[in-house]
Amino acid sequence: MSNTNRTLLSDPMDDNNPITVQVLGICSALAITVQLKAALVMSISVMAVMAASNVIISMLRDLIPNRIRIIVQLVVVASLVALVDQVLRAYAYDISKELSIFIGLIITNCIVMGRLEAFALGNGVWRSFLDGIGNAVGYGFILILVAFFRELLGSGNLLGYQVIPDFVYEMGYENNGLMLLSPMALITVGIIIWIQRSRNRKLIEN
Amino acid sequence: MDRDSNLYTFLFATIMVFVIAIVLAYTSQSLKVLQKENVRKEKMQNILSTVGVITNREGAEELFDKYIEEQLAVQNNGSIDPTIDVFNDIKLVFELKKSPKDQDFPLYVANIESEKYYIIPIRGNGLWNAIYGYISIKEDLNTVKGVVFDHVGETAGLGAEITQDWFKERFINEKLFDSDNNLIGIKVSKTNNDPNNSDKNDHEVDAISGATITGDGVTDMIKERLEHYIPYFNTLRSNKIALN
Repeated sequence: MSNTNRTLLSDPMDDNNPITVQVLGICSALAITVQLKAALVMSISVMAVMAASNVIISMLRDLIPNRIRIIVQLVVVASLVALVDQVLRAYAYDISKELSIFIGLIITNCIVMGRLEAFALGNGVWRSFLDGIGNAVGYGFILILVAFFRELLGSGNLLGYQVIPDFVYEMGYENNGLMLLSPMALITVGIIIWIQRSRNRKLIEN
Repeated sequence: MDRDSNLYTFLFATIMVFVIAIVLAYTSQSLKVLQKENVRKEKMQNILSTVGVITNREGAEELFDKYIEEQLAVQNNGSIDPTIDVFNDIKLVFELKKSPKDQDFPLYVANIESEKYYIIPIRGNGLWNAIYGYISIKEDLNTVKGVVFDHVGETAGLGAEITQDWFKERFINEKLFDSDNNLIGIKVSKTNNDPNNSDKNDHEVDAISGATITGDGVTDMIKERLEHYIPYFNTLRSNKIALN
């Protein structure tokens, strides 16, 4: 893999992270980070949709009429999401129930459209595929990090299993219910951005 | 052809819509049978779980046929309409839109090791959307054997917790009627004095913090649904007295 292709995968992890640097996909980062499991499955689903839609748009990039390109992107993403939803409902019913409305929400994820518009329309199929995967991983990484702290501090669980032992509760520890509400997701994302920028100085705007 | 001409744009859009429509319609149609099967078996699984029969989806149908001995469409006056296919044709979503005197009230009667249980589907409103489930009652027509709840879109970590085992277990052995057979229901209470749930006659279970409205929804749907079965239960009770 060439150097430029490798940066397509590594850039979204840090220098160009979709959530903390591009500030895309914030809404879903707030909505589905209450529990680690939902965040995990959401990340995987977004990865599938992003990789596939980037590839399709990149293949069609010389055919798509410029004036309706946003509509075309939307139709492609929406159809892929509908397909994923139908297949899950038939073959992985339990997971599909777990995700319920979140699957549909992938359509509204700004990262998907953002990458189609900014990258897939102007680049080859293989590079677009890598860009989709890279951005989905960068997005999923933040999602999982936020969900980790929210589930741990909010419910005392991880992936649904209790991790804070009973004696800690007996000593007077309480789960912080505020962690389960959206504002704390925003604050957690803010703290992550703060830490990232204090380590990676070139992200700081003048 | 010029990519920015009107004709090309129209042609592209038309072809795109056709291709997508065909792909989606084909997928939806070809997966429909499997999807319906999943929903049907899940319903059996839920009904069975309220009477303590835990099974996976594959085994649900066999056990359902084995344990559920009657499926009744109870009418508002307490009679039974034998012409209705209860499991497939009564959908609470639609029944709830009718006035009570036109509704059919589904009732499943389970017989497990010669213990009889009455299972009633329930449905109501949570905070964001519908909540629903099943409640099963022992042969005394008063004590709860078990419950199962599900929801369409309650908040994960708060209202959605009603589906958890620790919440459902609080309902077991709670009473629905007082000693004069008046329906009291089971209140999901924020001011419950019995957080360990050792008092099974108080008609209360402890609420979930941060899920007040979902909890009130549970209280309301149990009471609202049960109310309509009172005439039928009264018939059962008087039959029983007559038999004794």
